[in-house]
Amino acid sequence: MTESPPPVVEMRGISLAFPGVKALQDVDFRLFPGEVHALMGENGAGKSTLIKTLTGVHRPDAGETVLAGEAVAFSSPGEAQHAGISTVYQEVNLCANLTVAENILLGREPRRLGGIDFPAMRRRAAEVLARIGVHIDPASSLSEHPIAVQQLVAIARAIAVDCRVLVLDEPTSSLDAGEVAELFRIMRVLRDEGVAILFVSHFLDQVYEISDRMTVLRNGMLVGEHLTADVDRRSLISQMIGRDLGTLEAIEDAAEKRTAQGPVLVQAEGLGRRGAIEPFDLEIRAGQVVGLAGLLGSGRTELARLLFGADRADSGRLLVDGAPLRLRGPRSAIAAGIAFSSEDRKGEGLVADLSIRDNLVLAMQAARGWTRPLPRRTKDHLVEKYLKALDIRPANPDALVRTLSGGNQQKVLLARWLVTEPRLLILDEPTRGIDIGAKAQIQQLVTTLAAEGTAVLFISAELEEVVRIADRIVVLRDRRKIAELDGSATGVDEVVELIAGGAAPDKEVVS
Amino acid sequence: MKNRLLWPLLALAALLLLNLAVTPSFFALRIQDGHLYGGLVDVLKNGAPTLLIALGMTLVIATRGIDLSVGAVAAIAGAVTCVHIGTSDSTGTALAGMAIALVLCAVLGLWNGFLVAGMGIQPIIATLVLMTAGRGVAMLVTEGQIVTVNNTAYRQVGAGFVVLPVSILISLLVLGLVAFVTRKTALGMLIEAVGVNPEASRLAGVRSRTIIWTVYVFAAVCAGIAGLMISSNVSAADANNAGLWIEMDAILAVVIGGTSLAGGRYSLTGTLIGALIIQTLTTTVYTIGVAPEVTLVFKAVVVIAVCLVQAPKARAALSFRKVAVS
Repeated sequence: MTESPPPVVEMRGISLAFPGVKALQDVDFRLFPGEVHALMGENGAGKSTLIKTLTGVHRPDAGETVLAGEAVAFSSPGEAQHAGISTVYQEVNLCANLTVAENILLGREPRRLGGIDFPAMRRRAAEVLARIGVHIDPASSLSEHPIAVQQLVAIARAIAVDCRVLVLDEPTSSLDAGEVAELFRIMRVLRDEGVAILFVSHFLDQVYEISDRMTVLRNGMLVGEHLTADVDRRSLISQMIGRDLGTLEAIEDAAEKRTAQGPVLVQAEGLGRRGAIEPFDLEIRAGQVVGLAGLLGSGRTELARLLFGADRADSGRLLVDGAPLRLRGPRSAIAAGIAFSSEDRKGEGLVADLSIRDNLVLAMQAARGWTRPLPRRTKDHLVEKYLKALDIRPANPDALVRTLSGGNQQKVLLARWLVTEPRLLILDEPTRGIDIGAKAQIQQLVTTLAAEGTAVLFISAELEEVVRIADRIVVLRDRRKIAELDGSATGVDEVVELIAGGAAPDKEVVS
Repeated sequence: MKNRLLWPLLALAALLLLNLAVTPSFFALRIQDGHLYGGLVDVLKNGAPTLLIALGMTLVIATRGIDLSVGAVAAIAGAVTCVHIGTSDSTGTALAGMAIALVLCAVLGLWNGFLVAGMGIQPIIATLVLMTAGRGVAMLVTEGQIVTVNNTAYRQVGAGFVVLPVSILISLLVLGLVAFVTRKTALGMLIEAVGVNPEASRLAGVRSRTIIWTVYVFAAVCAGIAGLMISSNVSAADANNAGLWIEMDAILAVVIGGTSLAGGRYSLTGTLIGALIIQTLTTTVYTIGVAPEVTLVFKAVVVIAVCLVQAPKARAALSFRKVAVS
């Protein structure tokens, strides 16, 4: 890799703010012809926003984009595509009911006599497919092909126009190893033709296998640009995760002082679900905070969902208070005193169009059944108590939840579960996307709950936070539990090491 | 809330005034033999079945569903009752017939609920099954004939009076009951929660299936009672025409009343107003003498107008003009 050719894309000083969030701050980004460039960062780092700025979905507030020496300002994805920037998104954005050829040339069909020239269309499609070495019948219906092939068709569609830049946003998330290899072969073909490929993936192995260069973002800011060969996994991960300088010493102290030797409350024995998480063992004691650490897609959420019965386990068993419990759904988990606050606040947590009051009492009311409504006075008392305790604003019980800020929404969701007085509280990314003040309040709350004897399973992408708050840390990688560490004796570095896989004693191989 | 009902109320007032202009005696009420008569009473009486069905439909729609089978269920209820009564004039037989019919309707509601909540079929398809098959069932029950009865007790349901027509009283009673149950128990809140966000509700431990099942049974029973009114009013069961297209009127009533077809928040008062608009519209068609061949077109135009003024885009345009004027 030499830097002799000028970059095909150069973005300088890109800033973009959404209401309440600075999504990108003064980010520089370069993309050279004939390279595979990985864009790295955890959730919310600004990867998607940067891609969307490049492809004309968003317009930056500041900064400029230079494409092949010319300053450009796209106002729509169509314009960007016309200029040679093609994008393939994570989900296949094609029409399953049309043929492969139709999908590849949709919107730019060869025409003849006012109609579509189908033979010519099939010929063009076959040429494009041959260019990337995919041999399928262009006249076959797209839905006949597996997802991996559909992904390749999407790529064929992207390169059917004169394409100088190809953006692949998590193309491998639904592919198996063989399919990934095929995709990489095609990426190399295109790279060698001089196409600049921007690649986003959460799988580090893949990034190291395919990419030539990488740019790391964190919290909307540029952390660094490196040749892939120059940066090892450990330093990459610590760049991605960063160090939260506002360490809350008090919370750490509390975690250390806590004896955390209550009786075993929840125990998983070989619990697992195919395609979600490999069978794992886990013990959670009353008054203990167990942290789950791992990168996105490592199985953090999947593990939590099994404990709550949101998904059904297909192996192993769960014991609560030493007795086996068959979870037939969230209701049986709730009855056993388990609560789960989802990372997807809007989709799986809150009921946006209902008031704070209704959202607060929903879980408790659901447990009582509709025939036994909570008396108005009890409700008001609970709502008042938690609005105050968690400092929820506005403190108006009738306000619709969708009008609240992210941090306040998170607190409402937390309060919903606190109302039910759970014995095990599972918090999946409770501090994501909320401001630092609310974050500290929630961390404080977890410490208080544990001191009162509640078991907490704490999931966060921020390792600092996990290490600070947890008594025990369970480390996950590639949908497998790989280690369990003592929280007070562990530093972030050690966890990073394990996640990176450098020093992991991969002893238990379960398949 | 008030704002949401403003336009439907205005539309209703406009329709009533139009009637008053055409028929000056439209608002006049008179008492004859202890019975209340008048144009407004007619509107209420004729609208009673639609209101009942719309009430059931409101709850179904609030859970993101829809029930197309209510018209067919209404026909089945009338058919079963009339066949059971036959030539009898006994009150006991009439009551038994109606009880059998309503139990059967509840079973049909269970079937709809099973398809929607149990099998996960899209509500519009699931209830389409009974919408078409139900007419056939009603035909089987009546053996293809229009079954006429002459039963004094049965006649009271649709044509009787206790100062007001009995059908109005029944509908208002059910309205009151639904309002009471949904507000005094947690049912209303849970229905809204399921309608707004089914997955979040499931994860909060709400028995979404049971709730969805319940609203379909309720809708079917409402349809059954409406079917009894329709059949009792003419003392006959017509498997083909009883309650024909009433599901459309009911859905319109719900939508005009401001409940979104996307589910979630619903308004029973809105549905009441919606049902009154639909019925007043039908009455208007007769009083102002719209030619029969353009009746449906006229109705459609009014409904479109009401829906348009409620549409967010039209509202935005209206408020923009207000701003521009000021």
